[in-house]
Amino acid sequence: MSSPGAVKIYVPRDAAALGVGADETAATIAAEAQRRGINIELIRNGSRGLLWLEPLVEVDVAGTRMAYGPVEPHQVAGLFEAGFTSGKPHALGHGATEQIPYFKKQERLTFARVGVTDPRSLGDYLEHGGYLGLKAALASTPENIVAAVTASGLRGRGGAAFPAGIKWKTVLGAPGTQKYVVCNADEGDSGTFSDRMLMEGDPFVLIEGMTIAGIAVGATQGYIYLRWEYPQAKIALEAAIAAARAAGYLGADVQGSGKGFELEVRMGAGAYICGEETSLLESLEGKRGQVRFKPPLPALQGLFGKPTVINNVITFASVPIILDRGAQFYQHFGMGRSRGTLPMQLAGNIKQGGLVEIAFGMTLREILYDFGGGSFSGRPIRAVQVGGPLGAYHPESQFDTPLDYEAFAGIKGMLGHGGIVAFDDSVDMSAQARYAMEFCAIESCGKCTPCRIGSTRGVEVIDRLMAGENPAKQETILRDLCETLLYGSLCALGGLTPYPVISALNHFPEDFVKPVLGSSASG
Amino acid sequence: MSSQSPRRVIPIKVEPPSNLSAAERSAVLDACARLKELPGALLPVLHAVQEALRFVPKDAVPLIARQLNLSIAEVHGVVSFYHYFLQERPGRRVLHLCRAEACQARGSVALEAHAKAKLGIDFHGTTSDGAITLEPVYCLGNCALGPSVMIDDQLHGRVSAERFDALVASSRGRS
Repeated sequence: MSSPGAVKIYVPRDAAALGVGADETAATIAAEAQRRGINIELIRNGSRGLLWLEPLVEVDVAGTRMAYGPVEPHQVAGLFEAGFTSGKPHALGHGATEQIPYFKKQERLTFARVGVTDPRSLGDYLEHGGYLGLKAALASTPENIVAAVTASGLRGRGGAAFPAGIKWKTVLGAPGTQKYVVCNADEGDSGTFSDRMLMEGDPFVLIEGMTIAGIAVGATQGYIYLRWEYPQAKIALEAAIAAARAAGYLGADVQGSGKGFELEVRMGAGAYICGEETSLLESLEGKRGQVRFKPPLPALQGLFGKPTVINNVITFASVPIILDRGAQFYQHFGMGRSRGTLPMQLAGNIKQGGLVEIAFGMTLREILYDFGGGSFSGRPIRAVQVGGPLGAYHPESQFDTPLDYEAFAGIKGMLGHGGIVAFDDSVDMSAQARYAMEFCAIESCGKCTPCRIGSTRGVEVIDRLMAGENPAKQETILRDLCETLLYGSLCALGGLTPYPVISALNHFPEDFVKPVLGSSASG
Repeated sequence: MSSQSPRRVIPIKVEPPSNLSAAERSAVLDACARLKELPGALLPVLHAVQEALRFVPKDAVPLIARQLNLSIAEVHGVVSFYHYFLQERPGRRVLHLCRAEACQARGSVALEAHAKAKLGIDFHGTTSDGAITLEPVYCLGNCALGPSVMIDDQLHGRVSAERFDALVASSRGRS
């Protein structure tokens, strides 16, 4: 509770911030304030997404939040000395957070509250426009909710980009007394962390989005399938669910509407494949996460064989604003058939890594240089993998591609869940291609042969190619194998593993030539 | 809540021999008793067992199978499918090192080699003093601040070789 006159100081509780010492920084600030007799209110917010500045400490100065970062514990005393509690300058200061160009240039719709509010406080959520979407939904009809989601143009943000409204409509029209809403929070793609940041920074918006989905399709039970690697997200979600339940936003009678919706967090156990919706459902049922054949679609026979809406975290979290502000408002952002905003995640060898929520249409180059500021190492960016471990590696010649689902499909890539991983010129693309096959072999569920066996054969073929054993023949075999995986696999794991492999081979052929004898110890 | 029909427990007369201690056995039974009515209870049960015992002992499998009215093969199939469930007793701390692309771009391949040399073990191994088990992980969601490791539940970013050594030293110290 805030005491009058207390200086509000924000130190994120986001896992990325904790990973670089945010707890220690927060504790030092509290101790230093006490020592100096300064009355402060320490708020543990989500991350603003300017991750290279974490731990990013913010001070509320007459309603404006001033940023300082990255703040290590030994620098705290100096900040107090410089008068940061009244927003005075310091070497670590960046001025007002919302005026930092990286932040200012963004269009934050889904992430509007992340880093702003206290993720543990329902009151804070309500003060910042929370639950207005649900209010609109409860005043509407299921058909109209689904129509609004359809009209907004919202497509699944997990990677497959399937129109959310069509999925919901199928579940709404499916017969059955028991239906489910399942959130895919198994964010396994390397280079992605937007789901995590959202769940840790604004868990209520996910709960609200899922509640709206439940009311729209007539489902009374929801599950959030969360990967074990996100323990902070689990804590945040469970606290928010308890608060929402206590205030009547979850339970048998949501806000006196007579409609019930309950929510439970279930933990995954380290299987990349469980991000695929049908294996996720198998896992939720307590089984091995093996991919199901489709049809039947999960919308008709999903969890426990019942009609199920299954969407990604960001998809559900985008729904409240659509209901609140209207489909037109959301639809207005974006380009072509990619409507709204996409929270991009800038990662890997990048100077200013973090979360960038913008409307579709900005180019890869703008993201990498205007936002990212180039590579972290200072060397030239040579390759960029977009869309996670199943996304293609793009050379510099493709950096002017706009971030749009169709544009990336057009260059044999995919936007996926919006992860962008930069590599500098020290990267060995044959090693990246080999890793893609190795990853597929480790994570394959084993149900279909191309993926289960093809991935292991793929590692072997690349090894032979790099050993210089009849390289022309090995390349033919590798390309042929990739065709088999692409067209013969049951799901996207086997089906898209060729993307990183073939793109590496096509765009960086020089890396697949065996080093000249004597130039390297390996080979 | 459950949409499934009530389970009929078929009694098994002979229980396989078990090396579980009384405390381990009771932890497993407690996890089953608390959670078995959940729809799709097996993963929550396995998580609870691993939380209590730090791994899922081989001899816990028949016990869990019996409590949940599943076959031993079904439970074994699930335990062995998921990388997170450990089938051998780990060291006092489990260190997950991220091998995924974003961390590779920040030098995790070299960190991995350093970690294995420093600890004298490969992935899935435990140091000879029983302090640390090294496991690979494929993304910790800390992709802008790699290389990353997670020690038990605590994430660490920007892990250089020196920072890794310091983390290992403090992990050993606190154990």
